[in-house]
Parts: sequence; C-alpha cells; structure tokens
Amino acid sequence: MGKGIDVPAIKKDFPILGIKVNSKRLVYLDSAATSQKPKQVIDSIYRYYTEYNANIHRGVYQIAERATEEYTSSKSKVSRLIGGSSIEEIVYVRNTTEAINLVSLSWGEQNVGKGDHILISEMEHHSNIVPWQILAKRKGATLDYIKLNKQNCELSYESLERELAKNPKIVSFTHVSNVLGSINDAKRITKMAKKAGATVLIDGAQSVPHMPVNVRELGCDFFAFSGHKMLAPTGIGVLYGRKEIFQEMPPLFGGGDMIRSVDFQSYTPNDLPWKFEAGTSNIEGGIALGYAVDYLEKIGMERIRDHEKKVTGYALEKLSGIGNVKTFGCGMGELDKRGGVVSFSIKGVHPHDVATIFDSEGIAIRAGHHCAMPLVTGVLKEGAVSRMSFYIYNDESDVDKAADAILKVKKIFKVS
Amino acid sequence: MPMDIYVEEIISHYEHPHNKGKMEGSDADFHEDNPLCGDTLTIHIKVKSGKISDISFEGSGCAVSQAAASMLTDHVKGMQLDEVKKIGYDGVKEMLGIDPGPARMSCATLAIKTLTGAIFVYEHKKS
Repeated sequence: MGKGIDVPAIKKDFPILGIKVNSKRLVYLDSAATSQKPKQVIDSIYRYYTEYNANIHRGVYQIAERATEEYTSSKSKVSRLIGGSSIEEIVYVRNTTEAINLVSLSWGEQNVGKGDHILISEMEHHSNIVPWQILAKRKGATLDYIKLNKQNCELSYESLERELAKNPKIVSFTHVSNVLGSINDAKRITKMAKKAGATVLIDGAQSVPHMPVNVRELGCDFFAFSGHKMLAPTGIGVLYGRKEIFQEMPPLFGGGDMIRSVDFQSYTPNDLPWKFEAGTSNIEGGIALGYAVDYLEKIGMERIRDHEKKVTGYALEKLSGIGNVKTFGCGMGELDKRGGVVSFSIKGVHPHDVATIFDSEGIAIRAGHHCAMPLVTGVLKEGAVSRMSFYIYNDESDVDKAADAILKVKKIFKVS
Repeated sequence: MPMDIYVEEIISHYEHPHNKGKMEGSDADFHEDNPLCGDTLTIHIKVKSGKISDISFEGSGCAVSQAAASMLTDHVKGMQLDEVKKIGYDGVKEMLGIDPGPARMSCATLAIKTLTGAIFVYEHKKS
C-alpha cells in the first residue's frame, strides 16, 4: 500500500463540507447515492458559462471550438480512466439508468427474441432490473437471476453456471453492490458469460468512482456508469461499448448531431460515438466530468480504493463492537471483496428513524430499500436498511461520529 | 413546537401502541402504504350514529407512522365522522406535539390518510 490520501486537504476542496446542519458540521456518508463536488469541478462549469459557452460540433468561431475541444477531451479522459481504446466507445448519456436502457432498447431490440433468456442478478439496482423486465415482456423473453451465495456476500458461481446453461443472450450485472458493497469478480463472471456465448453489460455505477477499472481487461461488451457519483454534476453518465458492437446497433434517438446527412426520406447516421447522442448534449456536464476525472486521477484510483478499504474495515470493526447492530454483506475477513458501503440495522428501530436521528447530528446517511427492493426485501428479508457509504473526503473520524449517533439512537429507543 | 421528533410520548406509543390489532365485525377497513419508509397500515372502524364507536390498526414501520396511528386511534374514538374529516395535517401535528418536518410528513400523515380512506369506504357502503 502506498502513501495514504490527505483527507483534511481533500475536504477543503469541497465547499459543502464546510456547512453546518443542525448546528453540526456536515458529515456526508451518502456518496453511494451521489458524491459531493470539489471546487475544481464547480469552477469548470462556471468557466464554461463565463468564458466559452457555445454549442458543440457546429460553430466555426473560437469559443465554439473551445467548447467542442473541452467536451471531446473529456471523453478522452473518461476513455483513459476506464482503459478504453478510443472515444468512439464513449457515449454520453444522462446516467447509468439511461445507459442500460439504451442497450436494452437498441441492442435488445435487435438481438433478443421470443423464448430467449436474459440473465441478471439478485444484487441489482432497479436500473439494472426494470429495463430488462420491459424488454423481456415486449419480446416474450425470460428474465433469470443469478443468486447470491449463502453468506449474502457475492454472487454464487454455481447459480451462475446453472443459469448460463440456458444460453442467455445477455448477462447484465453490477460490479459493486450499492447495498452490500460487494465487489463482484467481474472478470471471472464476464469470462464465463462470454464462454456461454452471451453479450455482457457491467453496471459500474459503484465501481468507477472508487477503484481502478479496465474495461478491456474485464472483457465486457458494455460498461455503464454515472458522473454524479464520481464528483461530476448530475445529468451526465457514460455508456462504454465495444466499437464493433456499437457499429452494429441502430441509433436510439433521432435528431441533430447524430446524423451525417438527411434528405426528405432518410438519413445517414453520424460516426461513433455521436450516432447515439441526438440533440444538443449536456455540454457543461460533459466538460465537468472531464475535470472530475482529472481530480480523481490526481489522487490515484489505487490509493482511493486502499483508503476506502481502510475506512470500511474500521467501520465494520467499530459497528461489530456495538450490541444489537447488524451489518450486511461480506465480513471483516473479506475486505478485498468489499467497497466503501456499510448497510446496517439496529434491532427494533426503523431505518428512517435511524436516519432522522443521524441528521440531528449533522450526519447524512441513506435509509430505505436503496432502489434494490428484490435484494433488500426478497433476499435480506428486511423492510429497509440504513446505509453509510464512504468516499475520498471521509475518514475514521466520520465513522466515530456515526458510531456515536448509533449510540444516541439506541438510547432514545431504549435498545440494550 | 419541539424540533426533536423523538420525544418520550412518541417513543412510548411506538413501543406500546394503543388500539393495535385485528377487529371482528368491523364496518370498514382500509389499507395504505408509505413507499418512502415502507410503512404499512390497516385501519378498522365500527360506526354508530355517525360516530366512531371502535377503531383498531395493524401495521409496521417507523416510529413516527406507528406512534401517529396509536395516538390518532385514541383521539378519534367517539368522534363524529365529519369532525374526523376536518383533522388534516395541522390537526395531526397538534396531536403529535412535534413538527415532523417535510422529510417525515408522509410518515406522520399515513394514519389520517388511512382513516380517511376507511371513512370513505364506510360512507360508500352505506350509500
């Protein structure tokens, strides 16, 4: 492990971390929902609107050229971050959800038919369930699920093998669970799925912001993630797709920018990646995403991963010492399989009451089903759970405050 | 009005709810969910001469929603249906003695919404 990251210095880059909530300094432990933004990213948006606001791919004047260049350079940075080979593979969308829907609608329309199988897992966010339910219903296909292993830690390879025997057209699974924090062995799963002849989509919403990712090493066909969970604004997300597969896919939306030429009856689509980006793009979001990547790369993805692993281990240990508190997912001995997410419950107390009491201490955590109802209610058998999630601006002192807040909850609700 | 939601009375009603359980021979029953917290509530009522003569609830969820159900069912016993319909959000706040704030409003109002539904069912049956 290299030198640790300088959390106090990083905190200073995030203006919001200086505010007070209920007279307490904000402790933000909900980065799995959305991350906070550093001033370097916020400033990049301000610069775009005050120095070179213009539409891209159109103007021949200087500021339009600069806007186009900044937007395109953001794609180069994103491609480099995830180990892609060119910007032709980087399509900008609104978020992970839209990226997955683009695949289910465009690729799915062409490649999935009646009686075909679609394989996802029990660990998925609704964004990687519902688009496939819609596709399966429209096409008369069957939606199958890879089960979790007995410890509810990672996906079961026995279950995966059983489902792959049905020769699914596509296997779509999450890299890191937003509820359990489990890091799936995406390379191994992809290899097995490919061997069974499936196309593979990986939901990287919870992995790209937090650890090194290399899509070519993973060997997947599609990889989806959101900007807002990795320091960039909302409304900008990424769909990576292998060039060959993108070339075969029909455009989803028609309009400006996605065409090369149009006559009265037909059009010729534009080159990749623009073929999938109809209409004026979220230019500020795309540009800001580039600056978010700069910020993350300056720290280093390896170091971010090491830091979060350390904080997560500390949190699991701290919570294990508090009576009547249960944590979910991989245990202390399996930190290599666990990202910076710790879901927990306090016996006899509803998670929303937990979150409200945390808020009274200025601590932001998430409570609910975390947009993963099949996992939370179906597999974990909980109505809802509380979740703390960590990022570069969190450290052990934040965990200590969370632990104190748990003690406050227990005192109010008279839990032993 | 205290900002702190978790005053002793709320916790006490949550831990030892009043009027909780099934009801034999109810005149109307209504079920409502609060998707925000995953709270669920069913309210059963008996009505005599335009008044709530008996009431009970079943359900699970956060302290705010369950304490509100316990307190509301106490509050409306013997009350005219028309009076119950006038309670509204302000009445619930007054009854709870706390301000649940915008984030927890749907928890606090689940019981009155469910009870209003039960009254609607009763009146619909009667007409």
